[in-house]
Amino acid sequence: MRRITGAIVVTLALSMVAAVLVHAALSINGAGATFPYPVYSKWFDEYQKKNSQVQINYQSIGSGGGIKQVTEGTVDFGASDGPMNDEQLKAFQDKHGFGILHFPTVMGAVVPTYNVPGVTSALNFTPDALAGIFLGRITKWNDPAIAGPNKGVNLPAADIVVVHRSDGSGTTYCWTDYLSKVSDEWKTKVGKGTSVNWPVGLGGKGNEGVTGQIKNAPNSIGYVELIYAVSNNIPYGSVKNSSGSFIKADLASVSAAAAAVAKTMPDDFRVSITNPPGETAYPIATFTWLLIPERFSDSAKRDAIKGFVNWMLVDGQNYAEQLSYAKLPNEVIAKEKKALGKIQ
Amino acid sequence: MAATTTVPSASPITGSRSFLRKLREGDEIARLITFLFAVSTVLVTLLLIIELWRDSALARHKFGLQFFFTRVWDPIAEQFGALPFIYGTLVTATVSLVIAVPLGIGAAIFLAELAPARLSDSLEFFIDLLAAVPSVIYGLLGVFIVVPLMRDYAQPGLKKTLGFLPLFSGPAYGVGFLTAGIVLAIMVIPYIISVSREVLMSVPRDQREAALSLGATRWESTWKVVVPFARTGITGSIFLALARALGETMAVTMVIGNTPTISASLFSPGYSIAAVIANEFTEATGDLYLSALIELGLVLFLLTFLLNGLARLLIVITSQRGAGMANA
Repeated sequence: MRRITGAIVVTLALSMVAAVLVHAALSINGAGATFPYPVYSKWFDEYQKKNSQVQINYQSIGSGGGIKQVTEGTVDFGASDGPMNDEQLKAFQDKHGFGILHFPTVMGAVVPTYNVPGVTSALNFTPDALAGIFLGRITKWNDPAIAGPNKGVNLPAADIVVVHRSDGSGTTYCWTDYLSKVSDEWKTKVGKGTSVNWPVGLGGKGNEGVTGQIKNAPNSIGYVELIYAVSNNIPYGSVKNSSGSFIKADLASVSAAAAAVAKTMPDDFRVSITNPPGETAYPIATFTWLLIPERFSDSAKRDAIKGFVNWMLVDGQNYAEQLSYAKLPNEVIAKEKKALGKIQ
Repeated sequence: MAATTTVPSASPITGSRSFLRKLREGDEIARLITFLFAVSTVLVTLLLIIELWRDSALARHKFGLQFFFTRVWDPIAEQFGALPFIYGTLVTATVSLVIAVPLGIGAAIFLAELAPARLSDSLEFFIDLLAAVPSVIYGLLGVFIVVPLMRDYAQPGLKKTLGFLPLFSGPAYGVGFLTAGIVLAIMVIPYIISVSREVLMSVPRDQREAALSLGATRWESTWKVVVPFARTGITGSIFLALARALGETMAVTMVIGNTPTISASLFSPGYSIAAVIANEFTEATGDLYLSALIELGLVLFLLTFLLNGLARLLIVITSQRGAGMANA
């Protein structure tokens, strides 16, 4: 009995010591978008190696969850693939008495993927073709809108099976944002959002669900994240940008999309970079943002977060390309460094 | 001389003395604690209903009863209607029961009555294994095996033979109500078999022997005497299966096509309540959107409640009738 008591006492003492030691580290919590999770977790890990007293925990619960939790105050910062809208900004302001700032971190892109038996090359898609397919107006693969830019490719006279995301996601937000810009019909009928009322198509859960549906269903088309397509070797098509060139998505063309908008970037960084000007720009790209409140009651946390963002803008960007995320353009980086001063 | 064993209702003083005595003896404590455990299940259910009711208030006030009759689900325009989801949930559950009930009861009858004991026990092991498989695995099974089979063989086959029926018309995507119903059937059959087999095996021996001694064949005694005797338990197993089919989430969302449509065709893709909540809840920004999803949860809860209530009623009615017949 005494041995057991002794063991319990020792365990309790050790755990209390451990708790004190762990508690000595500054713990910062964030939550939000799933899309940048690979690069964020790499960043937080690398940052902690250089600053051992700072521990940043990130939960990828989805952009919507990130916005909600940072507004509720359960996490110190949020992350989202789509910027907060005016309503959400107001809700944050009303609840806390101060505002919340957006900081772009990396860029990603959304690509059209398809499974057409006999077609092995990358198809060219015009904005009208994509809008028409997803609106349900264009129903056959050999429709002139699709066949036109793809001379020499044998497209079957088969029905198009459209696949979209069934879960709310930043990928959908980027895709529908692009379609709203290039098609008035899409803008009025459907609109843009993380979850929309799709006119046609089957829903797959996550990038994996959409890819699975497309792989299994001949004559299907859908949209997935660029990084996902690249790492899973999925064939995807090129899209015609506003200058008239058919661009295949890759890191260079996505960076070009951001660079085109960098000069006219608004101060709050809430900008959509779909369908940008620029010869080499890929038209369906997006920033992803960290959502950081303007004021922190805990000055240690504030300094730690500002320190992290500074590091992210310089050293962190070097990790992005290894993981197939596009780096921020230099103008945006410079602007963000200045904006960090707003956090008090 | 006053009795040493006090009567609780005799007087307040003696009543409390007996309570304290029972407390010390442990009886009353045991009774209290187990009572609290039992009450806690009721409390949890009540809490669930209260939470669902409260958080769906926004949607309930905005849409009222129209929520049950609207087909549109538009998060951008903030128009939400539950009809496609209720339809999908009911259709997939019905299809799964239509497939699972005959198969399940037939298998249970074989295992309980007609199979040698060793075979019955070893098959029971596999059936319990099936019941324990997580639903996500069934979803993967559905996506990689059932969907291609449906798209390449079953659906075109059905279209050729029964295509004139509206039930089997329309393009064959592979995913849809029928596929979801089949995957659900595979998931609920183990429940039906397990419970029905137990119930059939517990039918008293003299029932069978009486039937056989009156000249019935083996099958006649099974079908006309044993199975009706076990009817209550078998119905209970069917409603257990129904409860699982109504609430199943992951497996359904992987094979149903996730499109809020109402269609007479079983080949059409659809949506169920559990699937839409699982898909859209985490990213739902906007209070009305969230509230509409929670109202859908409330609807599913009430649906399950209603069906279970009907089950109870059915069991009460049939057992009264059975008792009546026994007495006649």
